[in-house]
Amino acid sequence: MNPETVIDAVSAVFMVTGALMSLAAAVGLLRFPDLMSRMHAATKPQVLGLFLLLAALGLQMRTWWVWPVLVVAWLFQLLTVPVSAHMVGRAGYRTKHLHPELLSSDELEAVVQQAAGQQAAKHGVDDDEAGR
Amino acid sequence: MNRKRISLRQELPLLVWLVFVWGALWQNFSAGNLLFGAIIAVLVARIFYLPPVELGGRFNVLRAVPFALSFLGKVVAASFQVLYLAVVRGPSVVSAIVAVPLRSHSDLLVTATGHVISLIPGSLVVEVDRSTSTLYIHGINVRNPEDAAKLRKEVRDTEAGLIRIMGTKDELSALTQEIAA
Repeated sequence: MNPETVIDAVSAVFMVTGALMSLAAAVGLLRFPDLMSRMHAATKPQVLGLFLLLAALGLQMRTWWVWPVLVVAWLFQLLTVPVSAHMVGRAGYRTKHLHPELLSSDELEAVVQQAAGQQAAKHGVDDDEAGR
Repeated sequence: MNRKRISLRQELPLLVWLVFVWGALWQNFSAGNLLFGAIIAVLVARIFYLPPVELGGRFNVLRAVPFALSFLGKVVAASFQVLYLAVVRGPSVVSAIVAVPLRSHSDLLVTATGHVISLIPGSLVVEVDRSTSTLYIHGINVRNPEDAAKLRKEVRDTEAGLIRIMGTKDELSALTQEIAA
């Protein structure tokens, strides 16, 4: 078996698995019930999918200088995916885009309600002072 | 303008990273191109000023490599798990939001832990409480308290790994004491 065949085989496996991960994201978007669980499918499988596709690309290009670009592309993906997932998840939680009956426990609810209560109390005091 | 001076040593990781991105984008790592990149990096860092990231002062490469490998392994395993859940469970999947108090109060470590946890499919940081450094994590397929405990342990273990790589000396000794106890 010559090295060319091995490289081709490895990149073929990487590409098919990477594409499978994109399919997983699509299936997840369609099948999961609420915004948060859809976010898992919409943001995460790419991390692996993109890694596999970029690795296959690097293997097929056969030049060392594409590797730094591919590494940078993947690192930027790693840096930005959690931030966007967090922002959408946070906004989704606050605007109640979720099904509470599908949560086995929610340890954030009490904290948010407490904070909202404090804020309401503070505003109440402000109104009283304004009324005087 | 009143700016806190940043020492060159503190800024060096950022500058090296910028030069690397420059070289990668040009696909040219010749000395001349890197030098020009370095000049631009210094200019960018001076003009677009950002508060410095407070590093822990240590970086353990021997710990970082196995951590990166186990991270990749977890990403692979969890990706297939999410694929399985999407295809088999679909609409009836049960999740939970779990509060995980972290040991460290350094912004860098809380951010890094949140990033690593978010990148592993199946867990997502919904909210961060910076004052108590608590992460609120949405975990998929968390059906009962045991699953929640497992998720909590995983986050704490991730943080421990990151402290071993780049936490301050105090955090590291606190961690070794905690494990010994």
